[in-house]
Amino acid sequence: MLRRLAAAVLFVIVVSIAALILGRMAPADTGAFGGGRSAVTIAEERAAAGLDRPLLIQLRDWVVGLAYLDLGKSSVYKQPVRTLVLQRAGATAELGAVALLLATLIGVPCGILTGARPRGALARLVSPVSIALIACPPIVGALGLLLLAISTGWLSTAPGSLALPALALALPLAAMLERLQSQATTEAIASPDLTAAAARGVSPFRLVWVHAARQSLRPVLGVYGIVIGSLFSGSLAVETIASWPGLGRLMIDALMARDLFLVAGCALTGAMFIAAGNFLADVLRALVDPRVRLA
Amino acid sequence: MTARRGGAVLIVLCGLLTLLAPALAPNPPSMQFDDRSYAPPMRVHLWHDGHWRGPFVYPQMLRDRMMREFGEDRATPAALRWFVNGHMVSIDPSHGPLLLAGGDALGRDVWSRLLHGARRSLGVVLVGVVGALAIGIAIGGLAGTVGGRIDDWLMLAADFVIVLPGAYLVLVLRSLLPIVLEPAEIFAWMAVVFAFAAWPHVARGVRAIVAAERAREYAEAARAAGAGRLRLMSQLVPAARGFLLVELVLLVPALLVAEVTVSFLGLGFPEQAASWGTMLQDAAQVTVLSRAPWVLAPAFAVFVVTLALHLAAGARLERSTLSLFNSR
Repeated sequence: MLRRLAAAVLFVIVVSIAALILGRMAPADTGAFGGGRSAVTIAEERAAAGLDRPLLIQLRDWVVGLAYLDLGKSSVYKQPVRTLVLQRAGATAELGAVALLLATLIGVPCGILTGARPRGALARLVSPVSIALIACPPIVGALGLLLLAISTGWLSTAPGSLALPALALALPLAAMLERLQSQATTEAIASPDLTAAAARGVSPFRLVWVHAARQSLRPVLGVYGIVIGSLFSGSLAVETIASWPGLGRLMIDALMARDLFLVAGCALTGAMFIAAGNFLADVLRALVDPRVRLA
Repeated sequence: MTARRGGAVLIVLCGLLTLLAPALAPNPPSMQFDDRSYAPPMRVHLWHDGHWRGPFVYPQMLRDRMMREFGEDRATPAALRWFVNGHMVSIDPSHGPLLLAGGDALGRDVWSRLLHGARRSLGVVLVGVVGALAIGIAIGGLAGTVGGRIDDWLMLAADFVIVLPGAYLVLVLRSLLPIVLEPAEIFAWMAVVFAFAAWPHVARGVRAIVAAERAREYAEAARAAGAGRLRLMSQLVPAARGFLLVELVLLVPALLVAEVTVSFLGLGFPEQAASWGTMLQDAAQVTVLSRAPWVLAPAFAVFVVTLALHLAAGARLERSTLSLFNSR
C-alpha cells in the first residue's frame, strides 16, 4: 500500500521533471500564447508565473512544495493546482462511487442467481446481455446512451446530470462482476463443504445466499482493486461526453493549454485515489476472509 | 462452443476487412464530396418499379441546403459496379458518390473512413500489444527465473507503472510532446506508450507462473544438467502460454479503447487522418447525433471487435481473471 503510493509519487515527480525540461525546450509555455500582447507583458507574465527562473530552481521548488501537498500553480487558471484539483476530484469521486455502487448492486446479485443455476432460464437470459455489455467500454456506452437519450428522452442529457455518465461507467462493470460472481458461485457450490452443508439439511436458499456467497465474495473482492483503476480511465471520456466537471476533463484542458503542473497534479490525485481504493478493497477482503492479513 | 466459433469468425472477418480496406472502400477516405455533409446512408435496392434489377442504389440529392434534407433520385437507378478501378464495389461517378454508411461533417464517406481507420486504430493496437507482450515476457520471465533482489526491483518497476490509471498515464506521457504531430509520429508514439503502459500486467502474470514453475522437477533437472539462466528461462516461459493468450484477448480491447479515447479527445491522430477515435470527435454533440446517428459507426466497430474477442475467449477469461487477481 505505502509502496504503491510511494511509486505513484515518484512517477509523477519523474514525469513532471521530464515535462518541465521538454516544456522548456519547446517554445510552448504560457508565454508563447502571445495573442497580440507586447513582449514586455509576456515577460512580466512569465516572471509572475516563475517561468523566467532557472530550470533547476523551478524543479526544486516544485518538489519541495510537494512535501507540503503544494502542487505548484496553474499557469492558465492563475490558481494553486491543489485548489483546482480538489474542486474537481470531488466530482470524479462522486461519479465513480455511484457507478461502483450501481455496478455492485446489479452485478453481484445477478451473478449469484445465474451462478446458482448455470443452465437455468435466468442464466440463459442474462449471460448474453452480460457479454454484450462487457463489449461496451464506457466511451462506446456513453455515446450509445446519448443516442438513446436523444431518441427516447428516457435520460437527461443536460450537463451535470448524473444518470448518463454513471450508467455508462456502471453497465460494463456490472456485466463483468456478474460474470465473475457467477463463475465464483458455481465453483463455491461445487466445493465439498457446500455438499456437506447440503447433506446436513441446510436449505437451498441459505446454501446459495449465505454459504456460497461468503465463499465467492473473496475472489470477487480481489478484482475490485483493478476495477477502481478502470473506473478512472473510463471516466476520462465519459466526463467529456456528458459534460461532467471532473478530474479527467480538468486534465485534458490542462494538457491542451500546456499547463504542465496542472497535468502532473491531476495525475498524482488520480494515483492517490487508486491507492486509496486498493486499500479499501484490501480492508474489505480482510474483513470477509480472516486469512488475508493487511500488509 | 458455437459462441466461440462465432467469435473466431468475427475476428477473421474484421481482420480481412482491415487488410483489404483500400480495395473494399468505394471512396478515398479523405475525399470531401460537395453537398454531402451528414448525408444519410444510401440503401441498396434490388427491385426498380417492381422489376428485378440486381443490387443498385438511387443517387442522392440535396433537397434543402438549410435543413440538410436529402432525397433519392428515383428516376435514375445506379447499378453497383463490381471490381472496377480496383474498388470491389462502386457506382458510376456521374451519379455522385456511393455513401453506404452516410457522410460526415465534411461530406466524407463514413464507410470508407471506417475501413481505412481500422488499419490505423487496429494497427497501432497490434503493434502496442506485441510490444507489451515482448517486454512483459522478457522482464517477467527474468524476474521469475532469477528471483531475489533483481526480482524485487523489476516488480517494483512494474508497480511503478501500474499505480496510475491507464488513461491518465497515457495523457501524462502525451503532455511531454507537442500537441500537433504528424500521423506517423502519433502512430509511433502511441505504440510505444501502449507497450509501456501495458507491459507490467503481462510481466506480473508471467513472473508468478514462472516462479511457480521454477520449483518443479523439470526445472530442477534443467539446472542440474547445467542450464544457464537464459536457457532455464526459455524452458519455463512456455508454461505461461495460456495466460498470454488471455492477456492478448484483454489487451487488444483495452488498448483499442485507449486509442479511441485519446484520438476522440483530440490528442491522438490528427483530424484529417481517419481513425476510429478521430471519427467519433463530433459524435458527442447532441445536435450532430440527433441528425446523423451513423457517425457512431466507429463506436459500433469497437463493440464488434471487443465482443468477438470475448466470445472467442469464452468462460476461460473469467476463470483466469479470478485466479489472476487473487494470486497476488
